[in-house]
Amino acid sequence: MAKPPLPVEDLVRSYGPTLKYTPPGGWTQSARHAGDRLVKTHCCFCGQQCGIQLRVRENEVIGFEPWDEFPFNRGMLCPKGVKRYLQGSHPDRLLDPLLRTDTGFRKASWDEALAMTAQRLREIQDRHGRDSVAVLGGASLISEKSYLLGKFARLALGTRHIDYNGRLCMVSAGTGYKLALGVDRNPNPWSDIPEAQVVIVAGSNVAECFPITTDYLWRMRDNGGKLIVVDPRRTPICRNADLYLPVKPGMDTALFAGILHVVLKEGLEDRAFIENHTTGFEAVEQYVKEWDPRRTAEATGVPPEAIEKAARWFGKAERAMALHARGVEHHSHGVENVLAIVNLCLATGNIGRPGAGPNMITGQGNGQGGREHGQKCDQLPGQRHIDDPAARKYVAGVWGVEPDSLPSAGYTAMEILEAIHRGEIKGLLSICFNPLVSLPDAGYIREALNKLEFFGIIDFFLSETAHHADVVLAGSLQEEEEGVVCSGEGRVIKINKAVDPPGNAWADSRIIVDLAKRLGAGDRFRFASTREIFDEMCVASKGGTADYSGITWERLEKEMGLFWPVPSENHPGTPRLFEDRHFKHPDGKAHFLVAEVKPGGDPLDSSFPLHLTTGRVVSQFLSGTQTRRIGPLVDQYPEPRAEIHPELAARHGIANGELMTVTTRRASMTLPALVVRTIRPDTVFIPYHWPGRKSVNGLTHRTLDPRSKIPEFKSSACRIGKAAVPDGMNSSGQLNVLGGG
Amino acid sequence: MLGYEFYVDPSRCIGCQSCVNACGECGTHRGVSLIHLDFFDREWTTASTPMVCMHCENPTCAQACPADAIKKGEDGVVRSALKPRCIACSNCVLACPFGVPKVQIEMELMMKCDMCYDRTSVGLRPMCATVCPSQALMYVTPAEAARLRRDTPVNTFRFGNQEVKTKVFVYLPQGEDALAVEADVVNDLWRSTE
Repeated sequence: MAKPPLPVEDLVRSYGPTLKYTPPGGWTQSARHAGDRLVKTHCCFCGQQCGIQLRVRENEVIGFEPWDEFPFNRGMLCPKGVKRYLQGSHPDRLLDPLLRTDTGFRKASWDEALAMTAQRLREIQDRHGRDSVAVLGGASLISEKSYLLGKFARLALGTRHIDYNGRLCMVSAGTGYKLALGVDRNPNPWSDIPEAQVVIVAGSNVAECFPITTDYLWRMRDNGGKLIVVDPRRTPICRNADLYLPVKPGMDTALFAGILHVVLKEGLEDRAFIENHTTGFEAVEQYVKEWDPRRTAEATGVPPEAIEKAARWFGKAERAMALHARGVEHHSHGVENVLAIVNLCLATGNIGRPGAGPNMITGQGNGQGGREHGQKCDQLPGQRHIDDPAARKYVAGVWGVEPDSLPSAGYTAMEILEAIHRGEIKGLLSICFNPLVSLPDAGYIREALNKLEFFGIIDFFLSETAHHADVVLAGSLQEEEEGVVCSGEGRVIKINKAVDPPGNAWADSRIIVDLAKRLGAGDRFRFASTREIFDEMCVASKGGTADYSGITWERLEKEMGLFWPVPSENHPGTPRLFEDRHFKHPDGKAHFLVAEVKPGGDPLDSSFPLHLTTGRVVSQFLSGTQTRRIGPLVDQYPEPRAEIHPELAARHGIANGELMTVTTRRASMTLPALVVRTIRPDTVFIPYHWPGRKSVNGLTHRTLDPRSKIPEFKSSACRIGKAAVPDGMNSSGQLNVLGGG
Repeated sequence: MLGYEFYVDPSRCIGCQSCVNACGECGTHRGVSLIHLDFFDREWTTASTPMVCMHCENPTCAQACPADAIKKGEDGVVRSALKPRCIACSNCVLACPFGVPKVQIEMELMMKCDMCYDRTSVGLRPMCATVCPSQALMYVTPAEAARLRRDTPVNTFRFGNQEVKTKVFVYLPQGEDALAVEADVVNDLWRSTE
């Protein structure tokens, strides 16, 4: 039973989060030494993948220098990028493998830890079948590691259950784009944004989650373009919006149906494009007929005039873009929301041209690359489907195995946890994933983890999920291995190694290769370096949708990255897709698909009359395993607060800063109120970066989109009330948790 | 950096605090962030604005300094107070019309933004203007600024009867030629302490 061996407070005391404020050597050392190295690489955090130079002295990252020449961000960085270097040489860093004992964790040798991991996983498979163990990966891993992990699951463990935390991020967008356009990649490079005359930003807190994109949007406006923001909250990007559409959480499909309704009614569609390059338009046209502005306004909370204005601006523009992120995608109908946006772009012919197209804003560092080369439950390298016989034959050939030996599609991330909960999956190996903080219904996730017969985890800090592990394999930070990632633009870029893993920590790839050998698959994993993994990955991707076969590490550095597909070594890459109006379906057409307005999975009623929605703040990243250990980032936003409108606050007698309780059908939490007029009065917003009593994911629900299997983080039914000061809090409402808690 | 100027466009600021975090990484004042970032009224708006030292032609802080500790270089950049002279009296803090200088109590020294002269002297842009994700802080040539932006950069400010000319420019709507604060600052100061 994978239960934490000690109370969480004791584990926090030993393993953090500890707040680190100063670089190695302290502030009194001079900033620049003659012997320092500047390593050109990219930020370890979000999908923008800003270029940055890490300043390295001996074997420590001691600071950074902006990298002006990298074209995407030209030196710009958000606060996470500025302070990311503080994750190096951190007191919480795991320097040895750990084994759980009755009284905590003890250090172990690599041989003992790896032997036990391989043996326990194999024992479970021998008793319960090979699909009784699962592998979880992450979208912060370089592509070499995610490729390696996919191959490891299918060949070394032979399980069909491997999935990754991109399942909480990009899958609704990816599924929607594959259905409509035949490929899961952004159609446009970001340099197209300033060229657009109108940009809709839907469900994306750009200023906090993708700060560098702000500059692209401001430049678009400098060029005379108009910015339309669709969000239940007036986030900072709204300060220069030309039009703000305050949509009710989850009603994006209706809103975009209403916008398309007006476009068609006023004849602003591109008939020639629709007729020559698409299929399925008539059904969509028929469906949106009933979504007139009045009805749309009732459903969405957006005034009818605003719907008409948005439609006219978008429809009349020669070049219009629609950017979207998790706000529209984190729904049980996330794919519908995405399709509704794509339909609008297709109907107006906005695709395949500069400044025109639907685009997703990728969340995680390798959110794009991590979903291309076989880390997903239904995928083989090159963005191929695992049930496609030709794909199986080709990849099996590259791997030197029989096609029939490859497992078929397995469970998605949330389904893996549900299978653990019901006892079907009994062993788990996880890397780069903190499901206890990041998955919905945290109480249920905790129960599932407690049921595991064996839980091995690869990580560099002891995350809250790792508290449950039997074995913790001390792995590597992003700056400790060389490889590639694919940024949100679709640009494959080079991650350079700055330092070696400290202490007895190992590079992640070395750990996985060693485990493969111990599981008897050593002959398929003869990798001495990540470059060898990269070379095999390129071959495995050849001929697939995400074709990397013309990419070399040298080209990436020389050409500041390459946009895939790059099918040969003299191919220049593909910054903009569909310029030839040829879409990636067998018929070469883009497909209109009816995006049906559907209710959410946790409906509002008289007991739970408000929407609870979750998201991020600028100074924290995802489950906070890294950023909750960086002092200046924690100080900027130390703990969650619930944003509520003054009208709602007044109804419950809650003043700004006072403690309030938010309750859903699953759980409740108490936290300080942030009373602001920048949120809909029927909506409560809480950021999700914290564990335990600070975790809003204790309150969220497990309903998944049936196609993408993304959880519905963006709308849970809730009620609120004024709270008394409970036990465990001081009078100012601060939770009494150690360190970054 | 010869020919480069510093521009502030408050309307672009997204309050991310990149500048606040990056400022302390500057070599002349490591670990101490000197830039200001103001959130006006969070109940009503997310709007925020950064404030760097404006580097006045005739610095009020230097005029108010009883120890003659504040000097402007030939590059037009007004430096932090000279350590041997500064008596940490905070006259400059009170006098600066932009509210820029900070007295570091533990060091008994006034420190403020020095436009990263350790960086600009070796061809690197100031830290805050380099990292700023919205380019509310921008360090470019005037020609580049004119190419990039529609609004009008101004460096004349009127605080009641005091007119201040600065090295740093602030963007105002097209057609404006100066930023005038008409309020009676001194009387407002008394009112706020009543």
